[in-house]
Formats: sequence, structure tokens, C-alpha cells
Amino acid sequence: MAGVPHKLAWRIGEVVETSPDTPRTKSLFVEVPGWEGHRAGQHVDVRLTAEDGYQAQRSYSIASAPENGRVELLVERLDDGEVSPYLTDEIRVGDGLELRGPIGGWFAWEAREGGPLLLVAGGSGIAPLMAMIRHRKAVGNDTPARLLYSSRSYEEIIFREELESLAAEDSSLEIIHTLTRSAPPGWKGYDRRIDAEMLAEIAPATEEGPLAFVCGPTPLVETVATALVGLGHEPTRVKTERFGPTGG
Amino acid sequence: MDEHRLDGNAAAGVLAEIFTFEITTARAACAHCGATGPLGSSMAYVSEIGTVVRCAACDSVLIRVVRQDDGPQRYWLDLKGVEYLQLRERL
Repeated sequence: MAGVPHKLAWRIGEVVETSPDTPRTKSLFVEVPGWEGHRAGQHVDVRLTAEDGYQAQRSYSIASAPENGRVELLVERLDDGEVSPYLTDEIRVGDGLELRGPIGGWFAWEAREGGPLLLVAGGSGIAPLMAMIRHRKAVGNDTPARLLYSSRSYEEIIFREELESLAAEDSSLEIIHTLTRSAPPGWKGYDRRIDAEMLAEIAPATEEGPLAFVCGPTPLVETVATALVGLGHEPTRVKTERFGPTGG
Repeated sequence: MDEHRLDGNAAAGVLAEIFTFEITTARAACAHCGATGPLGSSMAYVSEIGTVVRCAACDSVLIRVVRQDDGPQRYWLDLKGVEYLQLRERL
């Protein structure tokens, strides 16, 4: 795709696997004919069409590494959503899924861009950051990376086991969790919403010029971005991806 | 009518229907305050009616885009909030 602009077209992918991540989220693995590859952090638009022609469209970040041929979409079920309940409850392996992408070059990271990386996620906002972490591993990159991940509870930490094993085998990757609603007995990590004090403890020093990617619900993203700039981080190196409170 | 305040990224899909170049890394200069930056770092307000992109510095409207879906697809693109748009080939 380098250099050659192309018009973004809708096409049909095939769901080849589904896998529950947590009680409220599911990963869909999609094979897209002619997929040109993506950059970690990019998203796709997904479009559902009802029998009467009504269409609903949503954006989903790609959670898989570019090096993986399948496109993994992490879907959080929103009970009153128009799209997500279909994707989490109804869609089956072998079904087609209409999508277009990859979209967005701003909230994207390639290993050669370096770091150090500060990744901050809330809930399913982990998806594009997971693509970056997986990309980093897939190409054997050792850019120092720190993930601060806010979840409601231990059970709702998405990709928990994979994150644990990635961090265990890679001393340049650090993962710090905070649990905002309930923590298991003996939990030693953070147990509150992300705030400036937490970021001051976790963010690399401003002199290191970290590259920050922040993804999650709008209030979290705005709190984090404001706090990082307040701590002296370069605003152009704090990249954000908000998703609204509803709309799934 | 729900309207969500999101990042310029959220406007990337509809703008990519119009522009062939990557739009979130395109630099826009705000016609109101003169700030320049990648559209991905601006704010996007997305609703069923259309998408409004606002300057991250002064919140003025940079771009409005409305798509009409009944019949042949038509777009209204209002760029008067943008002094210039610098589109770049991706290498």
C-alpha cells in the first residue's frame, strides 16, 4: 500500500474463529480476501445491514499484530447497542462480515518509530495497544514499553493471560494494572481510577521523550491526556483514541 | 440524537470515502486560530446526521461532512474552517 493512494472500499471478510475474552467481550478473527495488512493501532469500520436495508456502522480497533494474517476485532457487548450484541452473541464461524479498512494513520505505531512507549488503556481500549504490543514482539523489538491498564475487576482484564506471559518473557515490557470496582483479596496493585499521581509514578521521565498512546472511554482519555501534558510531556507525543460511552 | 466527541480518527472513515490520501496524518491549518496539526489530533463529533471536525486548539469547526444515502450517494463537504490541508503520500 506504500505510496499508492486507494479508495476505501467495503468488502466481505469471513469470521474464521471466535473466542470469548471476558464475560463481556469477545474476539472475532476475520479473514479478509486481499487484505493488504495494517499498522498497529489502526481500525476498521464494520457495517451491518438488516433485511429491510437499514444499516448500522461502527468502528473497531484491530487487536492483532500486522504480522498475523487474520484481523482480530475485540468487541465489547453493550446491552443497548445496535451492533455489538450481534457480533458477540449471534455471529458464527463461517459468517461474512462487511468491513472496510485499515483506517487511520495517526494513532498507529511501527517498531521503527521507537519509544519509549507509554500505553494507557481503559477496558476494551486495550485493543489497538495490544496490536502494538504484539507487533513489538512479532518483530523482536525491544523498545521499552509500559502498559497501564484500567479494568473494573480482575475478571474483566482483557487478554490477561497473554499479557502476563508476554511480560514474563520480556524484561523491557512492564504491565501495571489498576482495578476500579473490585479487587481480589490480597491485590497489591492499584485499585482506583487512573489519575495524575498514578501517571507521575508510572510514566517514563519527560526527558526520555516517551511516545504515549491512550485509548479508552472519553473521560479516561481526557484525564490521562491532560495529566500527561500537565506533567510536562510533549502534547504532540500524546496520541489519543476515544470511544464514546454508547454506540456499540 | 446521540453525538459523540471523539478524535479525528473517528472521521477517518467518511473522509476516506472522499480523499484518497491518508487523512488522519494530513495537516490542517485552522482558519480561525492558525494552529496546525494532524487531523487525527483534532476532535471529531460524530452523529447519524454527519461528522464535524473541530480544531484541538480553539474548538472552531474545521470540516463538516454530511452524506446523503438515499439515491445516488452525495456528499456535502464544508472546508471553510480550514486555511489549508497538507496531504502527504505515505512512504
